[in-house]
Amino acid sequence: MALPSHASTLEKVWHKSYLVICGLIFLFLIAPILIVIPLSFNAEPYFTFTEKMLSFDPTGYSTRWYDLLLTFGMDQPENTRDSSWWADVWANAAWVNAAKNSVIIGFFSTLLATVLGTLAALGLSRPEMPFRRAIMAVLISPMIVPIIITATGLFFFYSMTGLANSYVGVVMAHATLGIPFVIITVTATLVGFDHSLTRAAANLGATPTTTFFKITMPLILPGVISGALFAFVTSFDEVVVVLFVAAHDQQTIPRQMWNGIREQISPAILSVATILVIISILLLTTVEILRRRSERLRGVSPQ
Amino acid sequence: MSDAPADMSLMSPAQDAGRLTTKDGRPLKAALAAAEAQAKRKAFFLVLPLFLFVLITFVAPIGQLLHRSINNPGFTTHTDISSGTKTPIMVNIRDWFDANPAGTPPDEAAYEALAKDLVVLRELKAPGIVGTRINYERSGSRSLFTKTARKAAKLEPPYTEALLDIDEDWGDPQLWSVMRGASSAYTLNFYLAALDLTRDETGEIVSVNENRQVYVKLFTRTLVLSLLITFVCFVLAYPVAHLLATLPLRYSNLLMIFVLLPFWTSLLVRTTSWMVLLQSQGVVNDALVATGTIADDSRIQMMYNQTGTIIAMTHILLPFMILPLYSVMRPINPSYVRAARSLGATSWTAFRRIYFPQTIPGIGAGALLVFILAVGYYITPALVGGADGQLISNLIAFHMTKSLNWSLAAALAALLLGGVLVLYWLYDRLVGIDNLKLG
Repeated sequence: MALPSHASTLEKVWHKSYLVICGLIFLFLIAPILIVIPLSFNAEPYFTFTEKMLSFDPTGYSTRWYDLLLTFGMDQPENTRDSSWWADVWANAAWVNAAKNSVIIGFFSTLLATVLGTLAALGLSRPEMPFRRAIMAVLISPMIVPIIITATGLFFFYSMTGLANSYVGVVMAHATLGIPFVIITVTATLVGFDHSLTRAAANLGATPTTTFFKITMPLILPGVISGALFAFVTSFDEVVVVLFVAAHDQQTIPRQMWNGIREQISPAILSVATILVIISILLLTTVEILRRRSERLRGVSPQ
Repeated sequence: MSDAPADMSLMSPAQDAGRLTTKDGRPLKAALAAAEAQAKRKAFFLVLPLFLFVLITFVAPIGQLLHRSINNPGFTTHTDISSGTKTPIMVNIRDWFDANPAGTPPDEAAYEALAKDLVVLRELKAPGIVGTRINYERSGSRSLFTKTARKAAKLEPPYTEALLDIDEDWGDPQLWSVMRGASSAYTLNFYLAALDLTRDETGEIVSVNENRQVYVKLFTRTLVLSLLITFVCFVLAYPVAHLLATLPLRYSNLLMIFVLLPFWTSLLVRTTSWMVLLQSQGVVNDALVATGTIADDSRIQMMYNQTGTIIAMTHILLPFMILPLYSVMRPINPSYVRAARSLGATSWTAFRRIYFPQTIPGIGAGALLVFILAVGYYITPALVGGADGQLISNLIAFHMTKSLNWSLAAALAALLLGGVLVLYWLYDRLVGIDNLKLG
């Protein structure tokens, strides 16, 4: 990227400004995500940096909004913080319950999406698959079709079939939304998959099941796990379908955030946002490590 | 195997010396075909469970939505909520509509049929539901139905005068036109409404009153804003993707985090961040005031309007533009540009004639993807859009949750879906969904 020594002044100026522009765009990408982290420690209920915060005065910072996440919705938030207080948090705190629901729904929809999606990806990546393109287009479409249309359709369908207001309904809907991600990541891992390995296994007397679990599975596992993580994030972040088909008491984290933003936006939302940002950093790291591992396993070296 | 003789199985390998056979005596061709068919079946059965699952949880609901957009039994069938029994309603007046062509002014027979039907409605406790159905297309009709149905049992002939006595709106030709439209459960009237069209007294399709035209305007706005966002995304993504593609891999992998982290961060978190930044008491305005760029009393309104929608959506969709551009730019051989330069091209000409044309596939892929995602956006406009930053999705949600005109919501959704599917088909043709990459 470095400029050759014979570059003219104009080119040098342009190159410098190009780098500055790129820097600004990177700032635009990342700043909004990082800005919530310091703001969530604001001692005041404001959404901006107070003077105390800017002068790094410790009294300008507090963890009161994180505390509110625990106490909001509790029966006796004022009690001493012993084991019964924590039991109260676990049973009644609104955000904790939302997190429990989100994890339950996320776990089962991820499981469903990953198992079905991986099997389908194995079939779709075989060259002899009939109607490959058309079927692939149908299976990917939940990612493309606007979520409001999916949610509206599910609302009509679930109220007719009696799946409305149930966990099963939400799990099925979220699995559908996560499936495209599983298919895309797993088929990407299967590109360049050396089929002579499975033939060799069969040749050495392995049954198809043994071949799958001993040969295929370890090779595609990184792709499967990143697909599963994508599916989990999709479910964990989904609010529209939940708003349309879930019962009123089925709160999830995004739904609770949505309500919080629409009604009275409090800095507690920012502390949830900070926690979610940290989770996404962890997920991104995991996926990145998996991707490199998969490249190494398949012998595809990065260009 | 059309060339294989029918009694192939009877032939011994010796007789069939010219043919290759497998060990068990089958001709090789047949054995191969059988093996291929088996492989095909195997692949198909791997995909089948998921395909059925998606049919049930996705295709069927969409089908139901499309059905809803052309079917509204509000004027024809009453469903009892507790028992679920369906009763045909408005039978007499529907018969009259069938017997008389569109545009016939209502006569005494029509009013008599109407009065009889209203009595039935009253017994079923359904005047409100039927009135709501008519109210979708002619406001004020709900109260007209409930009010008249209360007195329906006591009505005496001549029914024309009796009904007009209760409310002279019963003589309104538009009301009769709407009722005629609703007299069949299957109707395209919701699509007409979604396109700001209506039927006049004689059944002709005309535009609705100018101050009630909202939907076409909103479709246009959705289109214009999506195009604008796509363009802004392209302008911002191109230099970044170029930088990432030309840097050595160890640096670009690091910088890639800046692109992928937003991608992995919750949509609601990103929208919240923008609300925090753009509020009139928010970080951006505070910074501008602190640096003296603007006065404290003239803080810029950047949220709850189109500006907020554009900024937040650009940020959210930018990675979808950067990633396809990057994957197209990475393998571009830098020696082409160098060759152009050494042949005397200025750096601008070399970029314009050599580099840029090679990146067009990436631009197409990214722009289509961003545009497809932008036209259907709901969450961000709903939270930061205010009144004039709303898109068509928000209106669908409004009709689903507030006005409860589900058939109109379904018709709007079907129109949006049609547009998105055309773009999706285009994307598949031009880019191929197999090439969709996630990070």
